[in-house]
Parts: sequence; structure tokens; C-alpha cells
Amino acid sequence: MACENGRLITTTEAASEALRPGTRSGRRRLSLAWLGTLPFFAYALLFLFLPAGQVLTGAFKSKTGEWTFSNLHTLVQKPYITYYETSIKISLVTAIAGCLLGLAIAYAAIREGTPRWIRGMITTFSGVAANFGGIPLAFAFIATIGNVGIVTRFLNNVLGWDIYSTNFPIFGQFTLFSAFGVGVVYMYFQIPLMILVIAPAIDGLRREWREAASNLGASAWQFWRYVGVPVLLPSLLGATILLFGNAFAAYATAYSLTAGSVGLVPIQIGYLYSGNVLDDPHLAQALAFGMFCVLAGMMLIYIPLARRSARWMR
Amino acid sequence: MRRHISPSAVVWLVFGGAYFIIPLVATLLFSLNQQQTGHCCSLHAYGTILHDGAFWSNLKTSFLLALETIAIGLLIFVPTIYLVHLKVPRLRPVLAFLALIPFVIPPIVMVVGLLSFYKGSPTWFYAKPWGFLAAAYVILAFPYMFFSLDAGFRSIDLHTLTEASQSLGASWATTLVKVILPNIRSACLAASFLTLAIVMGEFTIASLAAFHTFPIYIQSINESEAYPAAAVTLMSFGITWLAMLSLLFVGRKRGGTRLLAGVR
Amino acid sequence: MAYLELQNLHRDFGTTKALDGIEISLGEGEFLSLLGPSGCGKTTALRLVAGFDRPDDGRIVVDGRDVTRVSPNKRDMGMVFQAYSLFPNMTARQNVAFGLRIRGQKRTERDQRVLELLELVGLSHAVDRYPHQLSGGMQQRVALARALAIQPRVLLLDEPLSALDAKVRVQLREEIRRIQLELGITTLYVTHDQEEALSVSDHVAVMYRGRIEQMGSPAEMYSAPATPFVAEFIGTMNRLEGIVVDGGVEHAGKTLQIEEARQRPRGDRVLVLIRPETVEVDRANGASPAANTLVGDVVTQTFLGPVTRLKIIGTGVDVIADVPTQKALGLPVGTRVTAALPAEGVRLLDLKDDLPEIAEEPAPAGP
Repeated sequence: MACENGRLITTTEAASEALRPGTRSGRRRLSLAWLGTLPFFAYALLFLFLPAGQVLTGAFKSKTGEWTFSNLHTLVQKPYITYYETSIKISLVTAIAGCLLGLAIAYAAIREGTPRWIRGMITTFSGVAANFGGIPLAFAFIATIGNVGIVTRFLNNVLGWDIYSTNFPIFGQFTLFSAFGVGVVYMYFQIPLMILVIAPAIDGLRREWREAASNLGASAWQFWRYVGVPVLLPSLLGATILLFGNAFAAYATAYSLTAGSVGLVPIQIGYLYSGNVLDDPHLAQALAFGMFCVLAGMMLIYIPLARRSARWMR
Repeated sequence: MRRHISPSAVVWLVFGGAYFIIPLVATLLFSLNQQQTGHCCSLHAYGTILHDGAFWSNLKTSFLLALETIAIGLLIFVPTIYLVHLKVPRLRPVLAFLALIPFVIPPIVMVVGLLSFYKGSPTWFYAKPWGFLAAAYVILAFPYMFFSLDAGFRSIDLHTLTEASQSLGASWATTLVKVILPNIRSACLAASFLTLAIVMGEFTIASLAAFHTFPIYIQSINESEAYPAAAVTLMSFGITWLAMLSLLFVGRKRGGTRLLAGVR
Repeated sequence: MAYLELQNLHRDFGTTKALDGIEISLGEGEFLSLLGPSGCGKTTALRLVAGFDRPDDGRIVVDGRDVTRVSPNKRDMGMVFQAYSLFPNMTARQNVAFGLRIRGQKRTERDQRVLELLELVGLSHAVDRYPHQLSGGMQQRVALARALAIQPRVLLLDEPLSALDAKVRVQLREEIRRIQLELGITTLYVTHDQEEALSVSDHVAVMYRGRIEQMGSPAEMYSAPATPFVAEFIGTMNRLEGIVVDGGVEHAGKTLQIEEARQRPRGDRVLVLIRPETVEVDRANGASPAANTLVGDVVTQTFLGPVTRLKIIGTGVDVIADVPTQKALGLPVGTRVTAALPAEGVRLLDLKDDLPEIAEEPAPAGP
């Protein structure tokens, strides 16, 4: 009996030992584990890093293959620089608008007093809407506020308001097939994305803070000003950055709406590939490199912010 | 329950609801318009789509692509994340960081790189969606798969399960397949549904690389006929909706609704 | 003259009656505890007073003014929550100053008052710390200072000590009482800890299932419980079933001489309530037991510090007695003992009353 028990214990111990790093046999197993992650890294290398590297270095090559800054030089001149301007403008506006509207809706859905099922519904729908981008979304808006869209006709016939001849403040004339229109359509996935991202942070806003503030005499506005927004600020900023990147990199929606006519950076890149003959791959790569720089810059601000917002939510 | 809903909350929720429902309703109305009169009601548009051979072939292509992406993704990521959680936890932050890369290298940038890098590669890879496109989609799906699987692995007691299985004599492969996998089933399913939604809606890479997938088809309809375009738009929305509902159904135990955006 | 009045308050959550006609009145400067198990409605009542909820029926009157419809930020009450109520983005000092800032008090006056209050609660050394840098007890002190800063008409405390360690709890409750007496502020205190309620309050109201079972001074509640629930909830109680006979109650084959039995009809089935510490226990010496004495064996001893609780079981006898620990040493398990019951001050209750379970009750959706 004791003999068999001993064997069983030894086997278990050996197995446990084998799994723990630190012992000699453990260390050998450990390097095996590193080896086991090789397929993943190999894949990432082949299909992410190397192609990405190609883009980043290709930006600095000329047609003849020499190293040059001429592509970058082209980028900072018209018309390319305007493409960046337009892209950044739309991304910034939709990010900030998405942030505020998404926050308002998310808070309305989550706060005390709102039935639980509303939150679930909003979250589910946000998940769908955040994914419902690209081509289908573009058409849905054409059907809604396009020239003969349902809402356009309704506003015109029933309320007498022709949105296509209205001059909006700041944004100017409305047409779906312009930067303005593209921005309006982008809101359809920006707001849900914001809702999804900010919901956990709102959960972290304890009910007691709101009640304590009220008890001490604060109005709703004072609560937000002194407690709510300061506490949420890192999360809000992080979410805005996420939204910015999301809009900046978007391609399909703008493509479908404007058939490539609006001057956005992703559209331009696509345009350079639209013929069968690729005229100058390096220019496209330079454009892509520019995008990468903007997005990487955003990431550098985002990562510390994300860490900071986790700190207060305990 | 505690109190009545705040009036300002009602305003925002109604506004939000209206903003999101109206385009869908408009598309629905549009799709039901008769060909001649341009008013309601007819299922003609749907008929046109469903009778279009290109619809079915492109849908099939996208769907199979999605399955292929899911298969390859799970095949590569599950063992990797398993290994990292079990033996090399130091690599986990590296993986998490890599999962943020697609934010910095979005599809439009990625496709540029991929196209130039794989220019001279054999046709079976470069010219077929099952090669080039699937490879790209796996990278695209990585962040979503990673966060789902990572959460799934964190929610089970990985070490105990593995040690118990090993002490009973199972090999690594058996442990992974028979012991671990069933326990992270919901995480795998969640990752799969997310990937499905993404692949079925991905346009950028497919377009620039000139493949014929479902979103490409939708765009071609958009450019030609209005009412069928509305119909197929709604169908596409329905597919996304189904994928998300399945996701919710599967992932009900954990609150994993954070990363749900993919198609732009 | 009542300063704070709760008049016939009703609050329903769906089909559950969280509050079923609550009537309370406090004089100025009085400290009243609402005591009861989870789900009895005490927190609901407090939140109604604070204004975070509206009653379905009834009124709340403060200093003659009906505040039932007034929004919480205009009621001039200070509330201390159970936990987590300090604003995380502000230091202790800023937290305490918050109410004053809202009221537009000038900086210099504000700062001075804040420091006074933080000193009152013993936290002068931690004024510039953030909540996450403070222990639970310290956080609650800041919360108290914050509530007092605005010089509220009524101070409300919602189980402020339940999230704290036992020792801190005792210390802090005494300080709360001291400060309350010093400032003379009318206070409504909610707790499920009966020892806490009895030790600091002027009056205690025991609540159960949305109703007030009994309200009175701590001593009254302890020695003269009016209902079986109160008897069970406050302290430990022996409950002996018996039948009223001439001059007493028959129980376990003996006639116990009990004063109160004289007022009851013969044959009534009753419950005799006796506090463990009033039972005299001695070694049985074989002699015929005296009147009002039960005989049994010590079955268990539970060490409680200064006293030891003995469980005594005999034929038809099941009694708990608290004896000084020194004495208990001489009465080990297995000893045959006599348990002498007092004749006066013993309460009787009708047996047909439903004796409620004081087990853990899930709180109804609401409080």
C-alpha cells in the first residue's frame, strides 16, 4: 500500500514540478513554452510587422528605390496637407461630439431610476451599431437624409424645411456627399462606441457621491462640475482619443458615400490604388506613414490616460 | 425601482433611440418601395437581390472566409494565450500591447503594406481570398479574439486544471483539447461571433486587394440600383444583429461588451 | 415639542410594503436609533427623511415645516452614508469644505470652519489626504465632519459603522455620541447592531417588516420588550412555554411563581421571558429544590469574556444562564445544577403570537 501511494505521490509531484519554472527541469520546460509561442510571433511578423515595416520604410523611398524625403515633402504641400487637415477636422469634431452625446446617453441609461432593461438594450444596440459601419451604413443614411431620403422628404413636405438649402453655422451647406455629411454619418458609430467605452467608467461613479453632493446642497450641475467630470476626466479623454482614431482610420463609409471625392487621407490612399496600374506606391506608403504617425501619437497619449482612469475606479 | 426615471434621462434616451432607429426605418421604407412608383409597398427589391447569383456567391465567400479566419485564429491564438497564461505570464503585457497595434495600423495602412510586401508571392496565396485575405483578417481579428480569450482564460483556474489533467497522465494536446477548451467555450464562441461580424463587414482590404466579398457586392449594388441597395443593406444589418445577439447569448456570464466595434 | 416628525409614512416597492405607517417624533437635540434586521425598512425611512425618495403616503415635518416635497439639496440635513461617500478627487479638507463652498461661504471663513471640524473628529493631522489614503474609520470621520460643516438641522446616519472593524466601531460610536451631545444636533441613526443602538441613543425604535415594533429608551427596550420580535432581537432571552395557574405559570412540571401571571386568566398558554443574567445557578446539593428553581445538567459552556454562558438541560428543562466566569469554572460540563428564576420583572407573552425568525432575511427590492 505504502509503495503504491509513494509512486502516486511522486508522479503528482513530478508533474507539478515540471510545470513550475525555477528548477532545472523547470527551466528547460520554460524555454519550450517560449518556443510554443513561436507560431504566433511568426505569424505576427509575417503579416503585421514586415508589411508594416514595408510601409514605414517605403515612405522614404523614391520610384527608383533610393532613400529620399521627397514623398514626405509632397505630403506637407497641397493638396495632400489639406487631406490631413480634413481628416483631422472630421475626426476631432466627431470625436468630441461623440464623446458628449455618448456620455449623455450612457449616463441616462445607467443612472439610478432608469429601469435595468434599458441599459441592456442600449448596450446591445450600441454593440450592433458600432459594428454597423462601412457600406451598409452609408446607404442607410442615403435612404434617410440623402437627396430623396425619407427624412429629407418628410422635413421638406411636412415641415417645409429643405435641409439641402440650409446654411448651418460653422459647417456650412449641408450635403451628404461632403465632409459635413460624412461627419454626420460617422456619428452613427461614434456615439455607440463611446457608450460602450464609457459605460464601465460610469458604473464606477458611485451613487453615494451623487447623493452626498445633493445632500450637501449641490444641484445636478454643481455635482458634475465638482465631482462627476473631474472623476470621469481621464476616461473621457481616453475615450475621445479612441473615437478620434476610429474616425481618422475609417475608409469604407466615406468611400461609399462620396465615391472617393472627399479629400480624406484613407480615401486618397485608396484612390492611388484604384487603377490597375499603381503609379507610385511610395506616395501611398508615405500617406500611410503619415496616418501611422498621427495614430501613434494618439496612442502615446492614450495609454497613460487609460492607466490613470483605472486608478480612481476601485 | 428605487425612484422614478429622471426627466432628463428620458429626453436623452428618446433622442438616442430616435437617432438610431430612424435610419433603419428609413432604409426599410426605402427597400419596400415599388420599382415604378417609388412609393410603398413591394418586396420587389428583396426579390431582385435574392435572385442575384452574385449575392449568394459573395455571401458564401464572405461566410467561408469568416469561418476560415475563425479557424486559423483559434488555432494560433488559443494555444498561445494558454501557454502565456500558464507558463510565460511575462509575455501577457506584450500580447496586450500587440492587441493595440491594429489601432495604430488600421486596415487602410495594413493593406498597403500587405500588397507591396506580398507582391511577388505565388498566385494560390496572393490571388485567392483564402490566402491573402484570410491572412489579413486574422490579424484584424486578433485584438477582439485576444480580449475575449484572455478574459476567458483568466476566469478559470488554469493551473489547477492543467496540473490535475497532467497528473492523471494526459499529454499537452489532450489537456488542451479535452480539458481546457470545454472550459473556455463561451470565450471562444464570443471571439468567433465577433470575428464573424468583422469579416462579414470588412470592406477596405477586400476592396483595395480587389476581391469579391459580400461588402464589395453591397457597394456594387449601392452604385447601381437604389431599392435593392436598401434591401441588401437591411440584410447586412440583420446579419450583424444576429452575430451580436449570439455573442450576447453566449457571453452572458461575463460583462464582455467592451470591444465591440470593428467595421468602419 | 417635536422637531422632526415622521407622520404615517408609507412606501411600497411593487407588492412589498417597505414602510407600513411609520410614526416617529424626535425632540430637538434628541438621538434616535432605528434598529432592525436587513429589510425591515429602516434605511428606506432614513432615505425618505433625506429626500432621496418620496413616500407614497404620509408627511415629514422638520421644525414645523413640511419637507415631504422638498428636494434633497434644499432640506438642510447632513447625511453620513455607510461607505464610499467621500469625493475621491478631493482631499479631506476639500470634502469637508464642499457644502460650504456650495453655499458660497468666503474662503477664509470656510477654511477656518473646516479645520475646526476636522479637529473635532480628530483628524487635524490628515487634512490634505485623499480618501484612498485614509482608513475606513478615518473616512467616516471625514464624512461626519463634512455633514456637520453645513450646520444641518438634522443629522442622518445610515449604518455608518457597519463597514468598519469591531474595535473601531466601538470607538467611533462613542465619539459620534459625544459630538452629537456637544453640538446638540437632532440625530436619526440607522443600524442593525442592537448593542450599538442601545449604547448611544436617547431612544430606540425597533422596526420589523416596515413597522415599528416598539419605541422607547434603551433600558425599556431591554427589560420590557413589548413583542416577541423585540424580545428576540434585543439581547438573548430564555423563552419557556407554560400554562397560567394559580399564582404562577406551570412549566416542566413545576409551578413558577411569577408576578405578572396574576393578571392573566387561568389556562392561558404563555411564553415566559427571562434574561440569562437574571438566572442564579448553583451546584445541586441533592436537597429538594426551592421555589422557582429548575434542575438540570450543564451541557455546554460558552466563554464570553466577563461572563460564561451555560446551557442547562433537564427533564422538560432547557435554560440559558449567564454566570460570572469565575463561578463558571466551578460548574463544568456535566455538573448537576439548580437554576433559580426571578419572580419579579419577568415578562409574559401570549404563546399564540407568531414568533418570527430572526435569520438572515434577503432585503426586498428597495432599502
